[in-house]
Amino acid sequence: MKDTVKVPWKAYILNAFCTVLIFVALSGMIEAKVIDKYIQGIIMLVFVNIILAVSLNLTTGFLGQIALGHAGFMSIGAYTSAIITKAVKDLPDGSFLQSLPPQLIFGVALLAGGILAALFGILVGIPALRLKGDYLAIITLGFGEIIRVIMENLEITGGAQGLRSIPGYSTKYFGMCYWITILSIVILYMLVRSRHGRAIMAIREDDIASEAVGIPNTYYKVMAFSVAAFFAGIAGGIYAHYLRILGAKSFNFSRSIEIIVIVVLGGMGSMTGSIVAAIALTILPEALRSFSDYRMLAYSIALIVVMIFKPSGLFGRYEFSLMGCIDKILGKGKKRSKETAAEGSVK
Amino acid sequence: MEQVVMFLKQVINGVQVGSIYALVALGYTMVYGIVKLLNFAHGDFIMVGAYISLFAMTGAGMPVWLAAVIAVAGCALLGVLTEKIAYKPLRNSPKLSVLITAIGVSLFLQNLFLILFTSSPKPYPNTVNIPAVNVGPIQISGVTLVTIVLSAVSMIALQLFVKKTKMGRAMRAVSEDAQAATLMGVNVNHTISLTFAVGSGLAAIAAVMYCTAYPMVDPYMGSMLGLKAFIAAVLGGIGIIPGAMLGGFAIGLIESLTKAYISSQLADAVVFGILILVLLIKPAGIFGKNVGEKV
Repeated sequence: MKDTVKVPWKAYILNAFCTVLIFVALSGMIEAKVIDKYIQGIIMLVFVNIILAVSLNLTTGFLGQIALGHAGFMSIGAYTSAIITKAVKDLPDGSFLQSLPPQLIFGVALLAGGILAALFGILVGIPALRLKGDYLAIITLGFGEIIRVIMENLEITGGAQGLRSIPGYSTKYFGMCYWITILSIVILYMLVRSRHGRAIMAIREDDIASEAVGIPNTYYKVMAFSVAAFFAGIAGGIYAHYLRILGAKSFNFSRSIEIIVIVVLGGMGSMTGSIVAAIALTILPEALRSFSDYRMLAYSIALIVVMIFKPSGLFGRYEFSLMGCIDKILGKGKKRSKETAAEGSVK
Repeated sequence: MEQVVMFLKQVINGVQVGSIYALVALGYTMVYGIVKLLNFAHGDFIMVGAYISLFAMTGAGMPVWLAAVIAVAGCALLGVLTEKIAYKPLRNSPKLSVLITAIGVSLFLQNLFLILFTSSPKPYPNTVNIPAVNVGPIQISGVTLVTIVLSAVSMIALQLFVKKTKMGRAMRAVSEDAQAATLMGVNVNHTISLTFAVGSGLAAIAAVMYCTAYPMVDPYMGSMLGLKAFIAAVLGGIGIIPGAMLGGFAIGLIESLTKAYISSQLADAVVFGILILVLLIKPAGIFGKNVGEKV
């Protein structure tokens, strides 16, 4: 089988080209001051929400296990990376760590946050994932709340006052955040399309059957869970260095709910859906500022209506493919669609 | 001696809070038993009940018992409507969709009341003017006494209703096997509506008692209370009515003792920790039976 799979190089190049194009356009507009600080902030939140939604989609959409504690993992990443960058910033002048480029420190801090979140993901996942459905939802909610309460009471996280004057690296290194977001999407997409991804989806379809054909269910459940936690930690790190203040209530239960709303509305099992929903649900409330009071009300109604009339979400399990789209326009859709089915939508 | 008194005081506090949790947990458990739905919005029914009783008292100048009756009626209606509009179309959908809808309803109620009444907490009038009772060196306030007695009465009434009446029997039948109950001539839809009405009504009673003890009403008051009551329901064994009562008292006691002797900030974490332990060791709860999985 292996050697018959054609690598769709054209599609890779096209997608890579488009992501670079978007990057150049965005950074050009920032350079030319078309995008001001306010809009740049919104774009940063879009990045954070995209990473959160796409990673949660791995657990909720592809693994089929509802998890309500994503904000907990996000907070671990946020606090860890913020503590690291703050510590480096507060070092005496001229020390070795300070002479390093701040991008490197930012990157290492994000990575450390992600890894710690993933470790917690494993710790939480091993016991929690023995349960299914409602019980899993509740236990993840419980873990999320415990993480929050502990974070708010530790000395190293600033207690109830929270962390202040975190270096604002996210805004400073806008391009880096952009590429981290793209990289997260690509990695998660590749994971889902790989052998491991198929195992994960088999568990979603029927966990007893997948166990019966020899898929180690627990292993894959914990893996998907901790990978999702890793990216939630990264997103938390970017969020912390954008907001520059972490306090109590930043990562409470409703934060987890917000992420799950994005995933559900976009479509459980569709990365495209998560990305589109993350963009729409971050920008819309800002664009409709005068209606901001009604934002959550509209969310909740949308959630109920979508569940009743289209439970699979807006995109279902559909993935957008740029190459497939172009082929369709050029009228060679049918011939190529099998080839392009294997390639992805990077953006 | 002083420490014993202090301990007993905490126990009484715990029983007071626990009886409120137990009432709320009953609503969770009844609904779960009958439609296997984790009604996330149940906590927000408490909040709605609190607002209704508040406005019945301050707006219309009603006495507290009448306000409570109106709150019970309002919440029962809300519960039935919620079931009809949001949950009924999804009765045969995957669990995930139903759970998310329940979260949606919860968000909807919170934000609707946030817009209507703003997020600032409203003071709740002091209504219970019953003198405190002294038992030896321990003073039990009137509010505590009323709360405990009232919730005990509600629970006994519920138990009688479920065990002795025809409607109660229908409820038990539907929760055991809805299809078989249909064949026996039980109107499943009516029974489910009734269950939601009774569960939500209990939430309204809990709301009045909770607000008498902690006289503040705000749109988010229900979420934490609801979560803890849910933990109580899981602890006792979800779907089992006596389990919910026991779980409620247990959670109330644990919480108040943790607050007194360990740390008031960590009380929530301890309660959630108990939930996690219960789910890991005996997911069916204290009174639950383990049901084998059919392939």
